[in-house]
Amino acid sequence: MPDTAPSSLSRRRFLGVVSVAGLGTAVLTSCGSSDSGGKDSQGRTVVEWWHIQTTEPSKHLWPQQAKAYEKAHPKVKIKLVPLENDAFKSKMTALVGTGKLPDLYNTWGGGVLKQQVDAGLTEDITDQVKDWIGELVPASRKAYEFDGRTYAVPVDIGAVGFWYNKALFKQAEIAVPPTTWAEFLDAVKKLKAAGITPIALAGKEKWPGMYYWAYLAIRIAGVDGMQKAADAKDFSGDDFVKAGEHLKELVDLQPFQKGFLGAAYPGPTGEAATMGNAKAAMELMGQWAPNTQKSEGKGIGSDLGFFPFPAVDGGKGKSTDVFGGGGGYALRKGGPQEALDFLKWFVGPESDSRLVREGGMIPVNTKARDALTDPNLKAVSDLLNAATAFQLYLDQAFPPAVGQEVNDSVAALIAGSKSPQEVARSITQVAKSQ
Amino acid sequence: MTMTSTQIEDAGPTLREGSATGRVRNRRPVARRVRDWLTAFLFTVPGLALFLVFVAVPILYAGYVSLFNWGGFGSPSDFVGVDNFTRLFQDPVFLGDLWRGLLLVGLSLGLQLPFALAMAVLLNQELRGRAVYRMLFFAPYVLSEVITGVLFSMIFAPDSGLADKALGAVGLDGAGGLWFAGQNTVLATLFLVMTWKYFGFHMMLLLAGLQGIPAELTEAARLDGANAWQRFRHITLPLLGPTIRMSIFLSVIGAIQLFDLVWVVTQGGPDHHSETMAVTMFQFGFKRYQMGYASAISIVMFLISLVFALFYQRYVLRRDTEGALTNMRGSR
Repeated sequence: MPDTAPSSLSRRRFLGVVSVAGLGTAVLTSCGSSDSGGKDSQGRTVVEWWHIQTTEPSKHLWPQQAKAYEKAHPKVKIKLVPLENDAFKSKMTALVGTGKLPDLYNTWGGGVLKQQVDAGLTEDITDQVKDWIGELVPASRKAYEFDGRTYAVPVDIGAVGFWYNKALFKQAEIAVPPTTWAEFLDAVKKLKAAGITPIALAGKEKWPGMYYWAYLAIRIAGVDGMQKAADAKDFSGDDFVKAGEHLKELVDLQPFQKGFLGAAYPGPTGEAATMGNAKAAMELMGQWAPNTQKSEGKGIGSDLGFFPFPAVDGGKGKSTDVFGGGGGYALRKGGPQEALDFLKWFVGPESDSRLVREGGMIPVNTKARDALTDPNLKAVSDLLNAATAFQLYLDQAFPPAVGQEVNDSVAALIAGSKSPQEVARSITQVAKSQ
Repeated sequence: MTMTSTQIEDAGPTLREGSATGRVRNRRPVARRVRDWLTAFLFTVPGLALFLVFVAVPILYAGYVSLFNWGGFGSPSDFVGVDNFTRLFQDPVFLGDLWRGLLLVGLSLGLQLPFALAMAVLLNQELRGRAVYRMLFFAPYVLSEVITGVLFSMIFAPDSGLADKALGAVGLDGAGGLWFAGQNTVLATLFLVMTWKYFGFHMMLLLAGLQGIPAELTEAARLDGANAWQRFRHITLPLLGPTIRMSIFLSVIGAIQLFDLVWVVTQGGPDHHSETMAVTMFQFGFKRYQMGYASAISIVMFLISLVFALFYQRYVLRRDTEGALTNMRGSR
């Protein structure tokens, strides 16, 4: 039957490609990094640097900074390898299997970095950086420290909080942004009463919904409580059930835009555009929100404000505990020391100021804070500087399967098909299986 | 017929149906037979090698991996036997996938194919501008699934999308509802888009089939006094059988492997209400890095497709390859 051959063949080939993809990339990439950490023909030390800056402005800023460093340090050659986010992740997964990583590589810290450290692939840089790492914002360093040892240097940092439309708040006669969960629910009710959609949410993508549960859990259990639950692989405690119950209180008010379960984050009908076009009063989002609101919608300019996630009565966490994440660079085991010298320069006051000014980033170096002029980013930066505790994004802090289960279960809670108890139970079940 | 073409044509049947062509083979000298085999072997080596590397080995490897609890790091070491499969058949999401798959197959066969057939019959008539209609109806099939997905997620955006605006324009404000964003409406909306995209393809297949039916037969029936329905029922439909059976086959396989469209439009949501087996597999393999579990899903998908394909070819399509209509055997 020659007619059926193509369809049944491609069926099998699809499965085939899916399962060999991992193997294939392992073989291909293991041949790719042969000259790293060695010397080039001019006797310079080559530092191979894997980063994920593939969009402007950092796409050009990164090579420019590397050139500037090379000029001042003629004995070092920085070999940049820019990779798109997902390509980077899959290449790293394959490389971890082969046991050899690039000299300097992008990391978000947390569970994935810990795995690499445990596998003996990442250098402990505590002693080499102790003289200067104190300059960096403490919250930005948290994700890369395990048992008091440092394994990477932060370059970027951000946090999640509520972005709100001041004009719509005024219209609903809310004088000041809420500081407790009860006040927050009141504000939602007032907005609804005024005929305004209180919250924009991208239900299709799940992670924006997860932010609510995660922040509630941080406020109720505290960052320590989160860590303990992660270590014990048990999220079934009262604190986590309560986080779900509080989220359910919010969901029951039906605060989200029409059709939010099918909404994406970007795109003309997505969460960012809904906020950017002043069709909703709030969104819980990271520091990139103002830019995305502008690029996907019209942007609401000076009407945009920022307030931290409200406190929950009786919770162990403080309202100054921050949920967020950033990016940094880790050194492979036995990597060249020149790489660390480069990092010291890269996050130094002068270079970091340039990253803030031209790259639109939030400063990790406390001495670079003057370079920040945007009032919205300043608010996030202030929040980070005053942070009493820092919780890394759950999908990076936890193993991928647990992070995804949190997303999935919380999405089910928001859609109304799982109870707070079931959410806590599902997450625990997946955590235990890891 | 030249010698070379006979040899090549014979290579196939000798492998499958030894007895039928055995008499011919025995008359040939041994050296010649060895040479024939060698030629056949040489011609199949590239294909066979590709088949082994890209089809056979991965299937076996996926089968092997499906017996492990493996996160994709290093090599699989945590052997769990058939645990992944028992877990799979207790997972409400996966059981839902099976149900939704069945539903989509049912809808495709019950609504989409009859619709395609009706359009094909219609456009087989003398009709003004029928070439334009044919092209228009076939056009969606050429569009990539990703473009289709993005397009329809805009069209079916609640309130602000084209669909709701159009309904509003004819006085049906609010009749649209949630489309992709509603748990009870998502699958129906998805099926609507699938029909829009694929009916043109099936219509084209059926049209080609219709044009292969000699006009004399219909004409003779007409002279014998058969009405339009009788002519369709007793001449067109039976003679279109092989094409319809092929169409059914492609529909079913397509519904089983549905992925791109769903991924772009809903990612399986809201709350798994549009998730398919392939989407679940992707979630577990590339979002959660549970390669063992994802492999188990892919193995089940493979077995379902394989069993269906084998049974269908054995019991349904065999009539078409060996029957009186195409008469492949008779020509030899």
